Amino acid sequence: MSQDRTISRAKTVSLGADRPIRLACGVDLGPFTVAFETYGTLNADRSNAILICHALTLDQYVASPNPVTGKPGWWHTLVGPGKAIDTDRFFVICPNVLGGCMGSTGPGEINPATGTPWGLSFPVITIGDMVQAQVRLIDHLGIDQLFCVIGGSMGGMQTLEWAHSHPDRVFAAVPIATSYRHSAQNIAFHEVGRQAITTDPDWHGGDYFSHGVKPHRGLAVARMAAHITYLSEPALHRKFGRSLQDRDSVGYGFDADFQVESYLRYQGSTFVDRFDANSYLYITRAMDYFDLATEAGGVLANAFRDTTVRWCVISFSSDWLFPTSESRAIVHALNAVAANVSFVEVNSDKGHDAFLLDEPEFHDTLTGFLKGAEERRGLPVEPRKAPKP
Amino acid sequence: MIATTTSNGIRVDLKLIADLVEPRTRVLDIGCGDGALLDYLYKVKQVDGRGIELSMAGVRAAVSQGLSVIQGDADTDLKDYPSDAFDYAILSQTLQATRDPRGVLENLLRIGRRAIVSFPNFGHWRNRLQILGQGRMPVTESLAYQWWETPNIHFCTIRDFSELCDTLGITVEKSFTLDRHGHPLQRPVHSRRANLFGVEAICVLKR
Repeated sequence: MSQDRTISRAKTVSLGADRPIRLACGVDLGPFTVAFETYGTLNADRSNAILICHALTLDQYVASPNPVTGKPGWWHTLVGPGKAIDTDRFFVICPNVLGGCMGSTGPGEINPATGTPWGLSFPVITIGDMVQAQVRLIDHLGIDQLFCVIGGSMGGMQTLEWAHSHPDRVFAAVPIATSYRHSAQNIAFHEVGRQAITTDPDWHGGDYFSHGVKPHRGLAVARMAAHITYLSEPALHRKFGRSLQDRDSVGYGFDADFQVESYLRYQGSTFVDRFDANSYLYITRAMDYFDLATEAGGVLANAFRDTTVRWCVISFSSDWLFPTSESRAIVHALNAVAANVSFVEVNSDKGHDAFLLDEPEFHDTLTGFLKGAEERRGLPVEPRKAPKP
Repeated sequence: MIATTTSNGIRVDLKLIADLVEPRTRVLDIGCGDGALLDYLYKVKQVDGRGIELSMAGVRAAVSQGLSVIQGDADTDLKDYPSDAFDYAILSQTLQATRDPRGVLENLLRIGRRAIVSFPNFGHWRNRLQILGQGRMPVTESLAYQWWETPNIHFCTIRDFSELCDTLGITVEKSFTLDRHGHPLQRPVHSRRANLFGVEAICVLKR
């Protein structure tokens, strides 16, 4: 097996020039660009493709170093040769979402009609619109049916949307740490983040590009607030407790006395280097609007009626942003239509972030589920190789 | 619980249940543990199987083998399933641990065209002897818990079970009892001797 099979190639493709996508808000969008990464090789009958959908602030660099931050891919522990999502066996596709800021069409990209950045003239998009754009990408790659769609958090919403709106094009689906609808509490947290951005004087009504500035402070605060929701109280306590930052006693001022403050400030400050503030507004909005039950006429089970998809729903015990109860609601709806579903709650005290971390129970579950699905899909079963160090 | 295994590595009582299942059918195994029965049914009988298991350790073990298993509870989660969704609903060694055995039985026969239920027989002579002779709650190979730690909260004898089936209008299509080694006894399950000598009963039920 040649080494280049697993080397990723940065790609962008322009889609929808002749046939725009009709967005939920009624606007026709086309042409639009999708930036994506692929890993592994598509087999002859094009049956081994796995689509990975990324979360709010992540991107297409799922298993290869991020060119902006230089950090390893966000799921490099999970995706690669011999790993749970084995790129020796599967052709892995990870697109940047519509509205994103890593090469796919979004508010920070140039509007071809005006030659200037879209800014707030970019249409408001939904999770369904993101999936529509991905469907065009999968068409473009000549794939009729994805072997599996996998995603955590907002990626899980896209996974649910895929299986709901294109059940014939999805053999298996793995929604992780997600919900079928964004809760009031989650919308509330998003609104705090958006307010932080839009009240930053440097935001300029979304037109900060023409002013040569960026709403760094607002975006950093949005990130800090959001970051807390990705962790858990025990995880924060274990990591920082009440430890002080570079000092022996409190400073009786408003510097970052505590390590946890310093940590959050750092998270905020590094985030602004890699993320666009307007993208943050648009993508959080897309999550807020997501409600598969309402889309299905008020009964979630109707979203999955007659589904032939093999499901594996995964949640994490300490995730309070997308708690297990919401995964369980998805499972109950799938049971109500006698769907083929597995459901595992992984024990972890690391909060929502656990889905991005090295959690052996999670990885074993995913490996086993994919193996079972491969057998039933009739993909050639070869002995698995040990993961490379 | 009878722990003897067969040459295929599956527990004897599970193998007996598997023998009752027609090939290429749809099966829901409630209280499926680590999925041993489902795995056997899939490999040997090409069964389209699903499982429900209370313990997360069991669920993870089963899903890691590629089986379709969810974490759930026989008492609360069976109501979600549509009627006639499965050919068989199997409840092995779990009925006595449910809060509402009657409701569970009704749900099994709503979801499945048939139900296969196995349970420990509290009327076995050793149990009777321990209560009568020692005046204590029985602790035996098949009921291996002290009273204060047992998950089994609704014991019944074979006779009790038959009566409940009668009350619910459930037909016992096939049934047999097992001895302490897991071997089937050649006695009709409704006989007094079965209720005295059967350690465990396995019944195929029909609406």
